[in-house]
Amino acid sequence: MEELLSTFVRSVFVENMIFAYYLGMCSFLAVSKNVKTALGLGIAVTFILVCTLPINYLLENYVLKEGALSWLGARFAEVNLSFLSLLIFIAIIASFTQLVEMVVEKFAPALYASLGIFLPLIAVNCAILGGSLFMQQKAFANVGVASVYGLGSGIGWLLAIVGMAAIREKLAYSDIPKPLKGLGISFIITGLMGIGFMCFSGLKI
Amino acid sequence: MGLLSGKNKEVLVGPLSKNNPVIVQMLGICSALAVTSKLEPSIVMGLSVTAVVAFANVIISLLRNTIPNRIRIIVQLVVCAALVTIISEVLKAFAYDVNKQLSVFVGLIITNCILMGRLEAFALGNSPWESFLDGIGNGLGYGIILVIVGFFRELLGSGTLLGLQVIPQAFYDFGYADNGLMILPPMALIVVAVIIWVHRSRNKDLQEN
Repeated sequence: MEELLSTFVRSVFVENMIFAYYLGMCSFLAVSKNVKTALGLGIAVTFILVCTLPINYLLENYVLKEGALSWLGARFAEVNLSFLSLLIFIAIIASFTQLVEMVVEKFAPALYASLGIFLPLIAVNCAILGGSLFMQQKAFANVGVASVYGLGSGIGWLLAIVGMAAIREKLAYSDIPKPLKGLGISFIITGLMGIGFMCFSGLKI
Repeated sequence: MGLLSGKNKEVLVGPLSKNNPVIVQMLGICSALAVTSKLEPSIVMGLSVTAVVAFANVIISLLRNTIPNRIRIIVQLVVCAALVTIISEVLKAFAYDVNKQLSVFVGLIITNCILMGRLEAFALGNSPWESFLDGIGNGLGYGIILVIVGFFRELLGSGTLLGLQVIPQAFYDFGYADNGLMILPPMALIVVAVIIWVHRSRNKDLQEN
């Protein structure tokens, strides 16, 4: 339980996907123009992260890792398929995004209409693949920790994009040097928010 | 058609400045920021992305008439993932230290928006040779930004370039100190913002209202 909690807090604040690793910056900058759409995209990203991380974790530990196939018998004990992990991870993510898109379209048409364009784009959101790759690097103890890590990373991403969108809505009224308008000032604000988030580093529970 | 006719030249040179993927099209920002705390990984990353974009462009462009429209994203992802796997194995074999520093970001080339953006916007509608040039151009445009950011961050942050000391010891004796803040992640964003500022004040038509 303690490990779950500390993984969660770490992934939301200390190792925030955007401010510590810059993952998912492209959609972060493109979609953070108003709070409502930012919130929708944030929820979608969190959902996909929570779903794909445990699946990829199981695949990594029971199929891909060196010696992971030993449950098939001694003959497979030395098989190492880890060079396939990129392909498998991206395939899982892409198919899951497609699946979610179809389910949402069928059962929640209103949500689908408001998220429409962003849903397919999630497949190429670096934060999702990044989550899986970090999971591989960190070698979590069990599938529960991996799911909590997914949830935490998603919520961290959500917090960041909603905060950014709120600031940008106010920014429309401020007097910014012309060449800095739009993209430039968003970068600077993200940087300043990143410095703010750095105060969490070293936080332990 | 000459090897570099007028249009092809535009395709190759355009992305270096006027149509730069990072600071104008806003693509591939994630990795551009994360790997640039030193100059060497920036260069390696720039070259890897250039290679992947160029070859993925060629392959998709060759296949463009046979790929069914509905599953094109998956086909593109598979092509990219295969190329990135090759690059990552090559890096592991010949440049292990740099590979360690780049960590997950080599794998993340797959989801680099430049890749998908160029495949969608260019390779699906153009011949292989033009797509190849487009890939090289965009890869280099991305690389240039990475190198500029990496140059300033390493120079100001640790006083070295490519690991060699460039700021003489005498400076330190006078009380000059490395700016440790430059190594930290947020400064990459600020450096890129300054590049955008300079670039846009020179190209007035790019300014937003």
